[in-house]
Amino acid sequence: MSHIQTMLPALPPPPEALKRYTLSRLVGRALLGVWLAASVGIFLFVVESWSPEKFTKYGPSFISGLGVTLTLVGISIVLGGILSLPLAFGRMTRIKWISWIAYAYVYFFRGTPLITQLFLVYYGLGSFRPYLEAAGLWSLFKDAWFCALFTFTLNTAAYQAEILRGAIQSVPRGQHEGAAALGLPKSVAFFKIILPQAMIVALRPYGNEIILMIKGSAIVAIVTVFDLMGETRRAFSRTYDFQMYLWAAVLYLVMVEMLRNLWAWIEMRLTRHLKR
Amino acid sequence: MQAAFAALSSIVSWFAGIVDPMCGPIGIFRIFAQDTLLSCGDTGWGDEIAYGFMITASLAICTLPIGLFLGFFIALAKQSQEKSLRLATNIYTTIFRGLPELLTLFIVYYGLQIVVQRVMATLGYEGPVEINAFIAGMVALGVVFSAYCSEVLLSAFKAIPHGQYEAGDALGLHRGKTMRLIILPQLVRIALPGLGNLWMALLKDTALVSVIGLPDILRQTGVAARVTKNAFEFFSIACLLFLILAMVSSLVFSALERWTKRAEAVR
Repeated sequence: MSHIQTMLPALPPPPEALKRYTLSRLVGRALLGVWLAASVGIFLFVVESWSPEKFTKYGPSFISGLGVTLTLVGISIVLGGILSLPLAFGRMTRIKWISWIAYAYVYFFRGTPLITQLFLVYYGLGSFRPYLEAAGLWSLFKDAWFCALFTFTLNTAAYQAEILRGAIQSVPRGQHEGAAALGLPKSVAFFKIILPQAMIVALRPYGNEIILMIKGSAIVAIVTVFDLMGETRRAFSRTYDFQMYLWAAVLYLVMVEMLRNLWAWIEMRLTRHLKR
Repeated sequence: MQAAFAALSSIVSWFAGIVDPMCGPIGIFRIFAQDTLLSCGDTGWGDEIAYGFMITASLAICTLPIGLFLGFFIALAKQSQEKSLRLATNIYTTIFRGLPELLTLFIVYYGLQIVVQRVMATLGYEGPVEINAFIAGMVALGVVFSAYCSEVLLSAFKAIPHGQYEAGDALGLHRGKTMRLIILPQLVRIALPGLGNLWMALLKDTALVSVIGLPDILRQTGVAARVTKNAFEFFSIACLLFLILAMVSSLVFSALERWTKRAEAVR
């Protein structure tokens, strides 16, 4: 039996397959070129109208506006979350009139624009001034910031109630039955078995809702709250410098992207046990 | 020719006047709000609000095809093999999904003005340039809509099995024909609920254009509220009109969904 004594010399690698210059590559390069040109144009524009005085004058107000936006959204998300609990259970209950009220509430707040609701509260509640004064609430409702908080809380409660309801109803029936078979009381079954599974389903919609609220909160600038957008508008009306809007855009983008990545990380972390 | 156009437009406006749901001969305001603040004509605000309603509806309807068209091609580009194409479209969606709609609107409205002014200046025209608020609203909302739409369509594309494309190849169909005859009908069916949600969001976002001065529902009711001092009533009417728009479109969408599912087997 013979076997080979010498190794074959290594062959050169085969020639690389010629990549065809396809239409999609042409379009892709062209679009990237457009983005590049746009960013260079914006950069030149900013450099051209750059001035340190403006930066020192309006920079701090942008930061304070950012703070206003974040506090407004943070508080309204938390309060809305609390308010969404009775709403979600109202939607799921078998008692007809309660579920109808909850449905009407959710339908109203999800079916009309946030800005219309804000106007309704901020300008519209002024019509009820005598009653509000009698109730001692007028000092709250004449403040634009409070009106915005109030509106956002009611609005996000409607959205969060739907998220919560969808998540709870997405837990399969067998889980309820399993808990009942183990003899667990209803409340323990809900908090220890149903809710943890529902929360994983609800995680992503909650993240989207927070992002939507951050973006939606820009409209408070119209009712004279100086959040990030309000400060931007004020700075723009004083300087007529378009780059103010660009700075605001950058800040909003950074905020939203950070939140999105944070949420992706949280989700990855919390769903480790579901990965195979 | 011109006379024909004039006649045509007058016929259209006459017809629109007849079927006008608010201030037409059988309009709501005409019948139920005869001598109130909402009556039609010079004494009431009915016709102004009806005009705002029309502006809002037509802005949303004009934006939809632009957004769908752009969104479709962006979704196609996002699943392309070509890295640069994917990168360019991902930048687009990241930007326009991350920015508040109001800010996008301002950037388009003021930014377009600056860009057009500069372009005109290089061409030798040194006058003030003003962008039409309707066009600016259409561009801004269309861009935002297309960014969201591309995500919906992309996930719908991913839900279509690869065998469908292969079947198209096996039948000897051209690439475009495969898309049109095999992929698109399924795509519409899968994407319709998502697109319905986007349409609702678009309807609500149209309220923002009142800020740049377009006389839509919110602006008209706002003016009425300021003049008559009946803010609560008028903004409630604005909410009600948006609710009506939402209800009508949910009816249309459920009808559309039924229509696209007509070929599916009954279960």
